[in-house]
Amino acid sequence: MTMLALIAAHIVAAVAAPALVRALDRRAFAVLAVIPAGAFVWALSQTNSVTGERGGAVEEHRTWIDSVGLDLSFRLSALSWLMTLVVTGVGALVLVFCAYYFRPGANGTKRFAGVLTAFAGAMLGLVLADDLILLYVFWELTTVLSYLLIGHNPERRANRRAAMQALIVTTAGGLAMLVGVVMLGQISGTYRISAILAAPPSGTAVTVAVMLLLAGAVSKSALVPFHFWLPGAMAAPTPVSAYLHAAAMVKAGVYLVALLAPAFADVTPWRPTLMSLGVATMILGGLRALRQNDLKLLLAYGTVSQLGFLMVLTGAGTQVAALAGLAMLLAHALFKAALFLLVGVIDRCTGTRDIRRLNGVWSRMPVAFAAAVLAAGSMAGLPPLAAFVAKETAYEAFVNGEAGMPAAASWATLAGLVIGSALTVAYSARFLWGGFARKDGMHAAGEPAGECKTPAVGFVAPSVLLALAGLAVGFAGAVETRLLRPYIELFPSHGHSSSLSLWHGFNLALGLSVLSLIIGLMLFHRRVAVERVQHRLAPRLDAEAGYRAMMRNLDRLAVSITGATQRGSLPVYIAVILIVVITVPGTALLAVNYSWSALHWWDTPAQAVVSAVIVIAAIGAARSRRRLKAVILTGVVGYGAALLFVLHGAPDLALTQILVETITLVIFVLVLRKLPTYFSDRPLTASRWWRMAVGVLVGLVMATLTFAAASSRTEAPVSEGYPGPAVSYGGGENVVNVALVDIRVWDTMGEISVLVVAATGVASLIFLITGRSGRWRTSLDTSQVPRFRTTDQPTRTRWLATSQVMAPDRRSLVVEVVTRLLFHTILIFSIYLLFTGHNNPGGGFAGGLVAGLALTVRYVAGGRRELNAAAPVDAGLVLGIGLFIATGSGLIPLMFGGEVLQSVLIDLDLPLIGHVHFVTSLFFDVGVYLVVIGLVLDMLRSLGGGIDSDYENDDASDAGRSDDADADDEPAGPRPAEPEPYLPGAGA
Amino acid sequence: MSTNVVLTIVVGALFAAGVYLILERSLTRVLVGILLIGNGVNILFLVASGPAGKAPLLGSNAADEISDPLPQALVLTAIVITLGVSAFVLAMAYRSWQLNQHDDVQDDVEDALIRRLAEMDEASASYDRSAGGTLDEEGSDVPDVTSSQPDGSGDRGTS
Repeated sequence: MTMLALIAAHIVAAVAAPALVRALDRRAFAVLAVIPAGAFVWALSQTNSVTGERGGAVEEHRTWIDSVGLDLSFRLSALSWLMTLVVTGVGALVLVFCAYYFRPGANGTKRFAGVLTAFAGAMLGLVLADDLILLYVFWELTTVLSYLLIGHNPERRANRRAAMQALIVTTAGGLAMLVGVVMLGQISGTYRISAILAAPPSGTAVTVAVMLLLAGAVSKSALVPFHFWLPGAMAAPTPVSAYLHAAAMVKAGVYLVALLAPAFADVTPWRPTLMSLGVATMILGGLRALRQNDLKLLLAYGTVSQLGFLMVLTGAGTQVAALAGLAMLLAHALFKAALFLLVGVIDRCTGTRDIRRLNGVWSRMPVAFAAAVLAAGSMAGLPPLAAFVAKETAYEAFVNGEAGMPAAASWATLAGLVIGSALTVAYSARFLWGGFARKDGMHAAGEPAGECKTPAVGFVAPSVLLALAGLAVGFAGAVETRLLRPYIELFPSHGHSSSLSLWHGFNLALGLSVLSLIIGLMLFHRRVAVERVQHRLAPRLDAEAGYRAMMRNLDRLAVSITGATQRGSLPVYIAVILIVVITVPGTALLAVNYSWSALHWWDTPAQAVVSAVIVIAAIGAARSRRRLKAVILTGVVGYGAALLFVLHGAPDLALTQILVETITLVIFVLVLRKLPTYFSDRPLTASRWWRMAVGVLVGLVMATLTFAAASSRTEAPVSEGYPGPAVSYGGGENVVNVALVDIRVWDTMGEISVLVVAATGVASLIFLITGRSGRWRTSLDTSQVPRFRTTDQPTRTRWLATSQVMAPDRRSLVVEVVTRLLFHTILIFSIYLLFTGHNNPGGGFAGGLVAGLALTVRYVAGGRRELNAAAPVDAGLVLGIGLFIATGSGLIPLMFGGEVLQSVLIDLDLPLIGHVHFVTSLFFDVGVYLVVIGLVLDMLRSLGGGIDSDYENDDASDAGRSDDADADDEPAGPRPAEPEPYLPGAGA
Repeated sequence: MSTNVVLTIVVGALFAAGVYLILERSLTRVLVGILLIGNGVNILFLVASGPAGKAPLLGSNAADEISDPLPQALVLTAIVITLGVSAFVLAMAYRSWQLNQHDDVQDDVEDALIRRLAEMDEASASYDRSAGGTLDEEGSDVPDVTSSQPDGSGDRGTS
């Protein structure tokens, strides 16, 4: 499990990185570098088993998610061995570089260290993965992490935009790739990459899948037309550019192509696509690089150009080209990472990267300059450096015209490569000249001041190491050829074979190398003229502008669609829903086979009378312009429905309906006393007919639905099996109540939860979330409120608890007496209903509602302080205790090995009381009872007392402003600031 | 199964009146509409549950004479929930009146803004309108990337 452990080590280090940075500051980067360095050493130790003549592969396999066939499969072959060395080696050096690049205590270094280490881990996973899905996971991980790295400084707009652009472009390609991954995996019957490559499937679907995979590779490796994200991503800190945008992430696409090429290079569109895109990218990138004045952008476009080159080589699918491709890949990682790091050094030491401001830097930092000469020389393809060797072989691959494509195409590609190489020579020279040379006409006074006169050793060391490695590799062509043989031999030989070498003798390839060198140097020599021509030819429309136009059009489309569909009007939305109801289910109802014979006018004639009242009241409620009238007519409808329940044989329903209707009326009146008498008058004539039409049609649909539902029953009702078990298991004779607390108890459980939520919502809306307890508790203490002392009101006749604090003109003796007499009686009746409910009409709902009515009576008689005296508890507490008891009674049977909410019949013979028979579901009903009381209490306190005190406060502040307070209402002594001691008129 | 015509008419009438009301803007009328529709649904259950019968109390009535108890349990639940809904909508109406001096549901202002954007051929507010300036500026590695003191100057190029 070494490979898995190595990747895991990166992740652990990434998690630990912020703490490490906190402890060691920027030196932590050097510690973190140990992890990729360890992976580098491990890969070196595997050299003998995966490369050379033995050329096997190290494999690891571990089942991850078996049900979807997702495995943690890793495989180290010659190709991934090379990639691992590049990724881990450059990664370690870049981390060391970071320890010098960031200023001590710099912002965001903690996050940066973690993300960069995690990226190194993801990249390692990507090149080792032997499972398509796993590869994709790591692929997208690098995308996301690079998004975070490019957007390192989110305060800058350029960073944000570049990060988003890179993310969108590469993810778009990645998603296409995912489709390709799934297609290829399904066709092959396995997601193991090594298995697919060993026996590649074929057919049109495979072609499509492979092209989709290429879309991912092309976008990730910034080929035309996706190349623009890479220069944009230069907004990232320089170490990120060196690692992600030179050595690692952009190579992922090249790696994927190299991985698939042995199996799929002969798929028809493969070569034309990669050759044309690669050559176009190489030339375009080279031309754009020649125009840049920013060293980093120059390198970025150079990278774009080289990626095109690499795609051509790895995609060609022949032994020679593949050898050249891998050699170039290694050489490019070495020189480009070195150059990027050197730009970082220049930037930090001079304060600029602009070649128009840099002057004579070489004399300030000769070591860096020497490294730059080596690296840029390699980039230009000068002997005896690594890229020269690779480029010789590359030319040779196409000179022979054996690349499985027509000779003309092969020559055209070769010509493109030569032009691209010439441009590479030119911008390499431009880099050296721009970054280091002493330019005439620029005087030293204009030289910007940097931070360091000479860079620290460790700051330059990584680039020097990379540059020297480039030199060493140049001489090690024979070794390289031998090591990479296992990969090269995956391709058919076509009778040609080659090896990497500095000297192949005088041949065409050497001639082309010299030719591109000469053209490149001429281009550099005439750079002023070249720049002028470039400026003239610079395209007005480039790919990035196209991307921006696309993104804007997408946004505009979203705005248009949103504007067209989201009208923001509630009636319109509801109308849309209702019209769908009319058209879709309404049309479906036409197809029902109705039994017209099975109709009867009524069960009892009384139904007709009640129905007539209901219909008239409903129409009246709809037509009413007065609020109160509409509400009272709705009450008539409700009471009528209760009568229909009685006539149907549903006493429980009727009881509950009457109680609910009464409480609804009360709370309606409590709120409506504050709202205007009439509904707001607006010209409604036009829409009125329209609303009426929708209403009538919905009514028609629902009536038809009722008919269809009633007449299409074929099975016996479920509830036919209820009566027997209701008595024997549920222990109750009221089947409806047994259904509520036992048979369908989960419904009830859900319902009381909804009630608790609704009550909480009401309290929040009125008390504005300050809590339902805070406000009434402060006013609960009546001792703080001044008493009314009037001569005609003897203080000993107290019918209510708080009658002393009521304004005399608000009091009604009759109401007080009736309340005093009825309150406890009603409460006892409510408890009776609760206990008798299991056998007779009643139960927790009805009992709770009756108790709620008792509280309502107290409130109406004496205002909110009277309510507080009657129920000196928080409504939330009652709701909570009720829900707790209901839930608890459901859970207790579990302790005795029963099921949730199972009920048990208990018969006890108690001394004095005698025989007691009860059912444990009674406890559940007690919970329901308490929840309903809590709901009513909450409504009274919010919509009654809460609104009262709102107005008292308003009145108090009004009275404080204007001095017209009524002297009769004024209590003796100083006026209390808070709260007012009387209720405002109920009709105000 | 035979259908009760009178009650079917009641269902239709309650729905028609209720729908007419919920297409209004005044929250009070909407709530009245909801209550009417709620009653309509309850009666729909009653009709669909079969013919009238005796109360489902096995102490006094035989099991084969009673009306269907299951829809009654469902409707009972619905009645109590309607109470909670009414209280909530009323609280909303009151709150709306407290804030705006009316209880009408207003059109969503944000939607109107989006509609105006569409008419003006504009992209949304979240769209980054900046054309990006020159690539030079984009690529620049401004000092505050590495400084410990953010100066908040945002988009500042060194070139």
